[in-house]
Amino acid sequence: MDFLNAIVALANYVLIPGIAYGSQLALGALGVTLVYGILRFSNFAHGDTMALGAMATVLMTWLFQSWGLSLGPLPTALLALPFGILFAIGLLLFTDRTVYKFYRVKKAKPVILVIVSLGITFIYNGVTRFIIGADDQNFFDGERFIISAREFKTATGLDEGLSFKTTQGITIITAIIVVALLFWFLNRTRAGKSMRAYSDNEDLALLSGINPERVVMITWMIVATLATIAGVLYGLDKSFKPFTYFQLLLPIFASAIVGGLGNPIGAIAGGFVIAFSEVTITYAWKKILVYLMPESLEPNGLVQLLSTDYKFAVSFVILLIVLLFKPTGLFKGQSV
Amino acid sequence: MNETMKNTLLFGIVALLIMSVGFQQSWNSALLIVAMGLISSIMALGVNLQWGFAGLFNVGIMGFVALGGLAAVLIGVPPTEGAFQAGGLGVVSALLLGAGTVLLVIQIMKRMQPGWQRNILVIVVLVAGFFLFRALLDPSVERIEEINPAQTGFLGGLGLPVLLAWPVGGLFAAAAAWVIGKTALGLRSDYLAIATLGIAEIIIAVLKNEDWLTRGVKNVIGVPRPVPYEIDLQNNPAFVERAASLGFDPVEGSTLWVKICYIALFAAVLLVLMWMAQRALHSPWGRMLRAIRDNEVAAEAMGKDVTARHLQVFVLGSAICGIAGAMMTTMDSQLTPGSYQPLRFTFLVWVMVIVGGSGNNLGSVLGGFLIWFLWVQVEPMGLWLMNVITAGMADGSALKAHLIESAAHMRLLTMGMVLLLVLRFSPRGLIPEK
Repeated sequence: MDFLNAIVALANYVLIPGIAYGSQLALGALGVTLVYGILRFSNFAHGDTMALGAMATVLMTWLFQSWGLSLGPLPTALLALPFGILFAIGLLLFTDRTVYKFYRVKKAKPVILVIVSLGITFIYNGVTRFIIGADDQNFFDGERFIISAREFKTATGLDEGLSFKTTQGITIITAIIVVALLFWFLNRTRAGKSMRAYSDNEDLALLSGINPERVVMITWMIVATLATIAGVLYGLDKSFKPFTYFQLLLPIFASAIVGGLGNPIGAIAGGFVIAFSEVTITYAWKKILVYLMPESLEPNGLVQLLSTDYKFAVSFVILLIVLLFKPTGLFKGQSV
Repeated sequence: MNETMKNTLLFGIVALLIMSVGFQQSWNSALLIVAMGLISSIMALGVNLQWGFAGLFNVGIMGFVALGGLAAVLIGVPPTEGAFQAGGLGVVSALLLGAGTVLLVIQIMKRMQPGWQRNILVIVVLVAGFFLFRALLDPSVERIEEINPAQTGFLGGLGLPVLLAWPVGGLFAAAAAWVIGKTALGLRSDYLAIATLGIAEIIIAVLKNEDWLTRGVKNVIGVPRPVPYEIDLQNNPAFVERAASLGFDPVEGSTLWVKICYIALFAAVLLVLMWMAQRALHSPWGRMLRAIRDNEVAAEAMGKDVTARHLQVFVLGSAICGIAGAMMTTMDSQLTPGSYQPLRFTFLVWVMVIVGGSGNNLGSVLGGFLIWFLWVQVEPMGLWLMNVITAGMADGSALKAHLIESAAHMRLLTMGMVLLLVLRFSPRGLIPEK
């Protein structure tokens, strides 16, 4: 019995990675949920928007690195992030003007917009691969760890190490700042209030003189910002590879739906629900159980419920359960 | 110009395009385009049933196609010796136990009053079932995978004629579609899209990781064929003589003949399915589906069970995709789980349906051939275009190398553009619904 080591192992392998991944999913799901709330369709292009925004950031990072610019212990990518965001905003506004607006004016069925967004997905994906290629790209620099496993062991004298990567720290802090700013914007500013009004009741909002085109424009700008930040954080934490962003679509949608589509608080909660389910179900619990159980009861296997190859299955099963029992999500979303 | 003339002309143009490949490149590639065009048309027919007839958005075509491929392996491949004795019984009983657990949970949900007692019982049954399932499955899987891992290491199939796999592939896909449809239909239309996206990813993950079933990324090669092998034909004096009398050398003659055999088989399947789809379209059932698609509320007011009809058509359409998947694996003679990409198997079929004309079966067939032709030919065309663009640049410049290297990604861009342009400027497609 060794509670301290068990807790450290739990924090190291489950809590910290879960919180970091959950923050990334929450940021992604916020973007999906905003598009759903304001423009009323499921945006399949969101994953590839993240990829494109992250790609612009990666390219700027390389440019800065070649100039010798750096932020010291922090990754240079943070300096390049604003440029990536600007690029993504320009891209989404351009896409809206040339593609989505036509269907919005025509009041096309949502499912048509979903198909259109699928077309956009592949164009974005093609552009990303065309510019940066389909391979893994590394753009992380600076200090690797805030706390490294070895330092932690020598400092505390425990058997179990605790490592806290810089990227995980940045992810969590950035997510908190971004979410705080977003909620301040939605609840306190005039533009944010008009967005919420438009999302609640389109006709009533139009009647009270809210300009729908302006609301849509602001929405795309926020979505571009969220997508780029989520994409860059994910890329820093894991690695940047265009195809993984398309695969992220499933957990992101699952997060948004679990929380309730169209509900920002739900998106955040959903992101963490999905992330922690994925991490706990695919983690091999033997390491922690060894500390908690008396020696005679120690487990033989890895005590891993599912292999990590099936992490998508976890988000999918949760999605199915929510659709079966509570289609509006944990926090009431707009969907029926 | 009347409609028949226009349609004939469109099909004539596609035929000319494919024939030009035959004259300029080789007849082997032309026939391959025809064979894959037939398979693509069948997939497009299935998706058209779902989208064109009923307005259901299925983004998981890849998964249903892959299930068809799995059927080809499970039916056609000879059983691995000793594998079933080693662990087959364990695997089968584990799968039965898993299914039993799910059925038990469904019964509990139906029979008991909602409340905390029910929730706890359901959780207990699920957890116990899961651990029992793993306890039965894991050791059996280990024993199966130990058998000659370099060549087999999987259960193998039943060793039955591979043609039987085609309907079985349809059944597999139908079963998966039923589960998805049962949960996601009747809710918002987007939910079906997201659920199908998920099931496709999971089916591919299972095929990639369950080595005892499909050898995973080690691929199953040598799935038996329903048509003669080239090498047998080349050793057959009668065939060589006949090929020579037509002016072919034995190697080219045999490869062409094999492809023609496949094309005949595929064409027969397409004709049957096409006939059935046409009959369905003009039956009261087809009219009811279109009525539901055009105005769900009105159809419901007329007493039509919208969700049940949707489920029906969703299962049927997915089954057709499964059949096509089994046919494709049969022609390739191999199952390569790593090669299933959503772009190739989901998105491309969508482009076929939309470009061909959603709601029109003939349009789907046209779209299948046309888009498959483009898909094959865009890459060389892109390379050519890039060579033209970069002709003026200095040799060895980084930009030139990058542009030429990236030409392979042109497919994504082109197909996305084609879809958006057709949706915008000609949303009814080349052969519109009547």
